[in-house]
Amino acid sequence: MTVFVVLFLAVTLLGFWAARWNRGDLTVLSEWGLAGRRFGTIVSWFLLGGDLYTAYTFIAVPALVFGSGAIGFFAVPYTILIYPFAFVVLPRLWSVARARGYVTAADFAKGRFDSRGLGLAVAVTGILATMPYIALQLVGMQAVLQTLGFTGAGVFGHDTALVLAFAVLAVYTYRSGLRAPAAVAIVKDALIYITVIVALIVIPSSLGGFGHIFRTAEHALATAATPGSIYLSPKIMGVYATLALGSALALFFYPHAITGVFATKSQRVIRRNMAILPLYSLLLGFIALLGYMALAAGIHVHGNANLAVPLLFEKMFPQWFVGFAFAAILIGALVPAAIMSIAAANLFTRNIYREYFAPAADERQQAAVAKLVSLVVKLGALVFVVGIPLQFSLYLQTLGGIWILQTLPTIVGGLYTRRLHRSALLAGWLVGMVVGTYMAYTAGWKSTFVIGTGLAGYAGIWALIANLVVTGVLTIILNAAQVSNGKDETAPADYRAGDDAVALPSA
Amino acid sequence: MNQDPLHGREATPNGRRLWYLLFVIPFVAMLLPQTYNGPTPSIAGLPFFYGYQLLWVVLTGLLTLAVYALTR
Repeated sequence: MTVFVVLFLAVTLLGFWAARWNRGDLTVLSEWGLAGRRFGTIVSWFLLGGDLYTAYTFIAVPALVFGSGAIGFFAVPYTILIYPFAFVVLPRLWSVARARGYVTAADFAKGRFDSRGLGLAVAVTGILATMPYIALQLVGMQAVLQTLGFTGAGVFGHDTALVLAFAVLAVYTYRSGLRAPAAVAIVKDALIYITVIVALIVIPSSLGGFGHIFRTAEHALATAATPGSIYLSPKIMGVYATLALGSALALFFYPHAITGVFATKSQRVIRRNMAILPLYSLLLGFIALLGYMALAAGIHVHGNANLAVPLLFEKMFPQWFVGFAFAAILIGALVPAAIMSIAAANLFTRNIYREYFAPAADERQQAAVAKLVSLVVKLGALVFVVGIPLQFSLYLQTLGGIWILQTLPTIVGGLYTRRLHRSALLAGWLVGMVVGTYMAYTAGWKSTFVIGTGLAGYAGIWALIANLVVTGVLTIILNAAQVSNGKDETAPADYRAGDDAVALPSA
Repeated sequence: MNQDPLHGREATPNGRRLWYLLFVIPFVAMLLPQTYNGPTPSIAGLPFFYGYQLLWVVLTGLLTLAVYALTR
């Protein structure tokens, strides 16, 4: 417990100090919201790693493996496929954002297609998808706090501890902006790596080796209330592949990922990171296996699979290291939560507030609004988690992934061609949103949807296909009818900006 | 070569982009779970299903490094 508190305090101090790091004028949005676009390779590796591999990931992935077996491992091929895709596409987005002073993906959508509608669509989708994700970080924190002993409600309950942790986070993020989670990410990632490496050294050998772990897990899964397996059954192979693909395509289009990428200082930094971030995937693979280790260790979760990893650590680690590991997970929630709230704030400020309420707002005013919004966002997430059943957040998170995928035609399409018609893209987006949401709804808010008699796959992919078809067909029709497609404010050279490009001051 | 200060030096010369095609490989490898859904051969003590995917994490990382070097 002491270890836990000490680490938490240390990280808090770091968050406040971060305002001084690589000093910039934090009253200006590009400094507060994007840390001045100056992060180099190493810092970006920590930031993006901390951003993408969240506490929820570390709790929920093993929980899925614990409860259902092989399907939970989809997180690994998912994280394998992100990087090649991002390597090719993201530097282009970074370039045009740098050249035109864009702070959000919605800025790009609007500027490229001369369409306020598309900008709004991308912004709203981003905000809607981010909110439940923040809430789920809190859920990860709750699992840890509960195991640590903050049980029940009341003054020393886990809700109070949660509120406290979050309040502290809110304050130093308000002050330091993106630099805060970047600095904390360095500590957080180090803690997580140490925890997992120690876990891998200590746990399998105490449980009798991997062979025994897998055999015991298989038995436990086969005899569980809803049977599972350590291998995929023929029915869910399509699900596994489409979940991996859909999640991979979507991840970097979440606002918090885009914010992390826009904060880097060059295309080269992005590309290098795409090659070295996979180290976190290896980590994630082993974290997933913790689910099987929990089964082999006979952990009982009483209905809440999220407790699998905290309980496993509590059982297998010496007391002081339990504090260390739990601090790692908790801090592991703070970093993405901070970045997500900043990203959502950036989106709201640029693409809703400035767009529709205060077009003349300069960078200072934008920063002021963004700071406030990020506080509101965090408060909202807290209220959500404390007041609303967990299931609901999970449903929203599932939807969030499906929704983000629908912005892909606009953003990725827009990065490579201007021939797609803006109204077609908007219609396609809408169709994708409706189809995806409907599919998730009819499947009981799960992410798999079965087409016809047996083609089971990730609803997000089906929705994306519908989206692309509508976009394609309407583009052909609208272009043939010579309906105006607006004026592109970007230039071809913007997409290939080299590493020594100069940033235009943001409007 | 484009030297204006707004855009700096051209980031990735055109011809080099063909190397991106190498990225199709991990997609094919991962998106056909039928090809790796089994226990054998075991890799590093793990069933094939698990060892294979973890191996691909490393392989894809190395592949990306290679493409990075080849397209600078």
